[in-house]
Amino acid sequence: MLVTNLTILVLAGFVGFAVISKVPNTLHTPLMSGTNAIHGIVLLGGLLVLGTVDGLGTLDKLLLVIAIAFGTINIVGGFLVTDRMLEMFKGRKAEQVEAAAEEDESK
Amino acid sequence: MTTLAASFIHDADFIEVLYIIAFALFIYGLMGLTGPRTAVRGNRIAAVGMAVAVVATLLVEGMDNWALIVVGIAIGTAIGIPAARNVKMTAMPQMVALFNGVGGGAVALIAWVEFRTSGGFSEDALYVAIFSLFAAVIGSISFWGSNIAFGKLQGILPGRPIQLPGQQFINGALLLVCVASAIIIAAGTTSQALFVLGILVAAALLGNFVVLPIGGADMPVVISLLNAFTGLSAAATGVALNNPALIVAGMIVGASGSILTNLMAEAMNRSIPSIVAGGFGGTAIAAGAGADMGDRTVRSTSPADAAIQLSYARQVVVVPGYGMAVAQAQHAVRELATELEKRGVEVKYAIHPVAGRMPGHMNVLLAEADVPYDQLKEMDDINPEFPRTDVSLVIGANDVTNPDANDNPGSPIYGMPILQVDQSKSVIVLKRSMNPGFAGIDNPLYYEEKTQMLFGDAKASVQEVVSEVQEL
Repeated sequence: MLVTNLTILVLAGFVGFAVISKVPNTLHTPLMSGTNAIHGIVLLGGLLVLGTVDGLGTLDKLLLVIAIAFGTINIVGGFLVTDRMLEMFKGRKAEQVEAAAEEDESK
Repeated sequence: MTTLAASFIHDADFIEVLYIIAFALFIYGLMGLTGPRTAVRGNRIAAVGMAVAVVATLLVEGMDNWALIVVGIAIGTAIGIPAARNVKMTAMPQMVALFNGVGGGAVALIAWVEFRTSGGFSEDALYVAIFSLFAAVIGSISFWGSNIAFGKLQGILPGRPIQLPGQQFINGALLLVCVASAIIIAAGTTSQALFVLGILVAAALLGNFVVLPIGGADMPVVISLLNAFTGLSAAATGVALNNPALIVAGMIVGASGSILTNLMAEAMNRSIPSIVAGGFGGTAIAAGAGADMGDRTVRSTSPADAAIQLSYARQVVVVPGYGMAVAQAQHAVRELATELEKRGVEVKYAIHPVAGRMPGHMNVLLAEADVPYDQLKEMDDINPEFPRTDVSLVIGANDVTNPDANDNPGSPIYGMPILQVDQSKSVIVLKRSMNPGFAGIDNPLYYEEKTQMLFGDAKASVQEVVSEVQEL
């Protein structure tokens, strides 16, 4: 189990490097915000522990409800904020940005 | 039939498949985020992936405590949606810091509950204990560090560096306490107090102390670093809970955050360790206040004079900074550029990689104001153009134009690449007052003979200049 998980861990790290290293400067802020939303996935941890672990005390439950609320804020807020930022690049502007990005690459 | 369907959707393999779909969507979505045309869709695809991952988790066999789960998600949604909807574009950086912080907080809380319910990890394998402890330490650092970053950017805490005597020593000692406590707990100690004090509280203090001394242009680097930290801690939680979706998503964030942090640090010619060690701007206050403040004067100008100078220039370079963001001046700036272009003036924008509070901050704001993308020039492209620029219009930018970075080895920003504004024929600086910038570093550019200051709110000043230009 541990070895499988470590394999996944290492490979995911390389995928992260490979996917991200090509982002143009303009999109760094939305990218930071978008990846920020994705680590809200810790919500799953909260759900799993609260939903499947036996013998939780009142304090445990309280902590987990807070953790779930935190995770949800991270996810919902993160994706919404990123969406608002990216809306500005939509439509006519997107083509200009694209053209300029291509120009950058050809340099 | 229904029982067959019910047992199928709760099947562990089916849930694993959903997780695989979820993280495929994350990766595909992030690939979309790398291009402007596909970015909006990419973000939404990643959000769909998240929804799949959450639903898959809720299908896990034997899920219980539904009421509490609903309460937690409801509270989070009720806080998250309005916060994200109503935040102003200029307050984006602190919002990202805050969302990042709560993620770290969730990681630390989950690790704490795991410790409590497993008899201090005594029922778990050693690796589970190690990864949980790592998650607890990093999550707690990220939570408190992000909150401090939020407080500083929001103006609740002073933006200047706050430093204790012997800061490095204290930070080192706190880190040592965390590591030592983690080793003792992993070795089999089950003391509650040790976990709370040695892990959570020590890491919380460390998070506070690491971010408090950081000011100026270092802030975005730190937020990015904390973002990467939260990702890594989420991945560690994933290993401890044996959940592949958490591992993949957390690790991708950890990797991307590290790259972004590195890019930003490189743009400033600073290493990440020296940023984390802190004190950027701390020595600057002493250096700035010390020497020859007395005999230097600044020339102020009026909107009418500025309008004339700009209208009769051949090339004007606009240098935007955080001040433009705060004053929401981007639309007025765009209007001014349009007026000038009507008169045959060539207008360009010089974007420093760390202008504002996050990389790309200026691009986002100017894109909002419909500034054509091809007029936005990056530092290396625009710097050779300054000697043939008639007027550089600096709007609320400070440290990124500071010539001390080139020629004053005593300055804390010495060696940072800057926009060579001081090489242009004349400079007009829009600024609220003579107060030094966010980093508290004095800028000799303001005292140069060719520099004129236009004091006041950036938006109001630009609007006045626009109406003066229109009357010419």
